[in-house]
Amino acid sequence: MTDINTWIDDVVKSNDVVLFMKGNAQMPMCGFSGRAIQILSHLGVPFKDVNVLESEELRQGVKAYTNWPTIPQLYIKGEFVGGSDIMMEMFQSGELKAMLDEKGVPVQA
Amino acid sequence: MAMNAVDIERMIKESLPGAKVEIRDLAGDGNHYAANVVSAAFKGKSRIQQHQMVYAALKGRMGGELHALALQTGVPEE
Repeated sequence: MTDINTWIDDVVKSNDVVLFMKGNAQMPMCGFSGRAIQILSHLGVPFKDVNVLESEELRQGVKAYTNWPTIPQLYIKGEFVGGSDIMMEMFQSGELKAMLDEKGVPVQA
Repeated sequence: MAMNAVDIERMIKESLPGAKVEIRDLAGDGNHYAANVVSAAFKGKSRIQQHQMVYAALKGRMGGELHALALQTGVPEE
C-alpha cells in the first residue's frame, strides 16, 4: 500500500458517505460531479466531499484504488458504489436510498 | 484529444463480441459521449463490473483522451 492508498482507505472507512469529485460540494468543477452532488443533496444525506483537483497524486490514486478511471466516485460505508451514471440509475430506481437505509446511514428526506 | 464514435464502438465490440452498442455525441464536440451497451457477457455481473468491462475495452482511454462517456449497460432481454 502506498501512502495515498492508505489515506484514501482511511477516508472511505471513517466516513459513512464519501464523494471523490472535481471541485467541492459548493462549487463542482465538472458536470458529472455536479450531478452527483445534486443526487446526494436531494436524498438529504450528509457526506464528505474530497476534491481530487487539489492533488494529482490523489486524483490518480483514487482511480487506482478501485480500478475505476473516472471521477466522481461514491463510497458508502467503505464500499465503492459507482460513478455518476450508476448513481443516477440507482437514484431513479430508488436503490440508492434503499442502500443507505440498509446500511444504516440516516437521510433527512 | 478526442475520439470519434466509430472508434469507441469498435473498441467496445472487439472486447465484447455480439454486444449491441449505441453511441451518442452529446455535445457535438467529439468529446462528450453517451453509450448504451447491451451484452450477454454482462449477465450475472454487478453494474460496477459491467462498467469496468466497458472501461477495460477502451484500454485506458477513458479518463484520458476520452473525457466523458455517460454509460448505461444491460443484458439482452430474453
